[in-house]
Amino acid sequence: MSIRNRLSGNEAVAWAMRQINPDVFAAFPITPSTEIPQYLAQFAADGPGDPEFVTVESEHSAMSTCLGAQAAGARAVTATSSAGLAYMYEMLYVTASARQPVTLAVVNRALTGPININNDHSDSMGARDAGWIQVYAENNQEAYDNFLQAMRIGEKARLPIMTCQDGFITSHAVENILLEEDEAVKAFVGEYEPENYLLKKENPLAVGPYDTCPFYMEHKVQQAHAMLAARDIILEVAADFEKTFGRKYGMLEEYRMEDAEAALVLIGSTAGTAKACVDRLRQRGRKVGLVKVRVFRPFPARELAQALGHCGAVAVLDKSEGFSGCGGPLFAETRSACYDLPQRPRLINVVYGLGGRDCAVEDIETVYNRLQRILETGQTGELYTHMGQREATDDGV
Amino acid sequence: MIRDPLTITEQTPWQEMTTGGEIPQGGTARIIKTGEWRSDVPRWDSGKCKQCLLCTPFCPDASIPVLEGKRQDFDFDHCKGCGICAKVCPFGAIHMEKEGL
Repeated sequence: MSIRNRLSGNEAVAWAMRQINPDVFAAFPITPSTEIPQYLAQFAADGPGDPEFVTVESEHSAMSTCLGAQAAGARAVTATSSAGLAYMYEMLYVTASARQPVTLAVVNRALTGPININNDHSDSMGARDAGWIQVYAENNQEAYDNFLQAMRIGEKARLPIMTCQDGFITSHAVENILLEEDEAVKAFVGEYEPENYLLKKENPLAVGPYDTCPFYMEHKVQQAHAMLAARDIILEVAADFEKTFGRKYGMLEEYRMEDAEAALVLIGSTAGTAKACVDRLRQRGRKVGLVKVRVFRPFPARELAQALGHCGAVAVLDKSEGFSGCGGPLFAETRSACYDLPQRPRLINVVYGLGGRDCAVEDIETVYNRLQRILETGQTGELYTHMGQREATDDGV
Repeated sequence: MIRDPLTITEQTPWQEMTTGGEIPQGGTARIIKTGEWRSDVPRWDSGKCKQCLLCTPFCPDASIPVLEGKRQDFDFDHCKGCGICAKVCPFGAIHMEKEGL
């Protein structure tokens, strides 16, 4: 039986961690994820949970501790944001290549610099090629539900997994939420039973050895195949989650896409704002919809192509600047996913919301209006654009 | 997949290698001869040696074997010739030479 409550996104993730009761939690505080270790420290002190709470001196050490603990046979978790994630960078790759399923709660914040504490996706997008599974939440409920599913996914795929939520917008806003009972969560998540681990004395083990040229590529191909296989595992865990708790998840979420001629592709909390805009425009008879990418790694290319195949015009909203000169990371991969479609939609990129720049329903509406003009004129116009920044007017400032 | 690491060679396909390159066996450093990295070589004068055993724990590579309380000659399959043993020996029983070509 679900329990109705109201929690912030950080509280929701900390609540999930308390219920799972991992063996090791190692973290260094950084805004806006600081509350997660703070709440977990409280849980660890008050019981009945008993995670080994390691107060490390840096995020590099936090991830190193998690990697060592996970290799030893423990369940290890941590949380971070922004520069903290960047400081883990080396160990993210080591954890992924050592195939240790550490679980990391990312609270997305702009990467310094200029220094800024507000939300965008530049931190986790910077880590997108590190070999981690990445799952993004739209709201507190999804932040909680994604974390409950994360360990089963990571442990079966033998890949580390980061669950991401938007800093402040989701992490600090208190919303209604359905929590699950402790016993039900424990039963769903299950026990961690690795085949082999450092503390298994019957079978000595060395983890993370130097990989010379004749072996390195084979191990990277193993990682690539593990990421491919993760797709079915994510769907399998989501199906069991729906059966157990009644809430449905997939690689992505389609919102009013059945007959949509114009659509957005986006990630995270902006989906809530955009859904309100879709409803408003639908009332006026506009055929619009959106696709919210929940899982970014592995990238849901097949699902995106299927969802967008019947659209005439699509705008991809990137909450991070990739500085590629031709669009953000979500745009590049969405466009690539659509390449093999027999009839491709016209695609534009809108980079928005950097460093916490607000994005309102009206802003989303301007994007749908651009798509409407593309549908009417057949002209795509400018491909790579930014939204929300101040511009000098034509008559000069 | 737990398997004997000695069966993994440069011909092994990726599907048959251990996950993440794990080595599911202890003491495998023994079978990899790393002494050939050496350019200097320690020489042990057993006459001057008082068997104080200070050199053994200082060796970073466990290349000074001890048998029944007495140090033996170096394990040259693994000694890298770093010279720490020669520095710490209080009795001048170890000196370094250039590795013979």
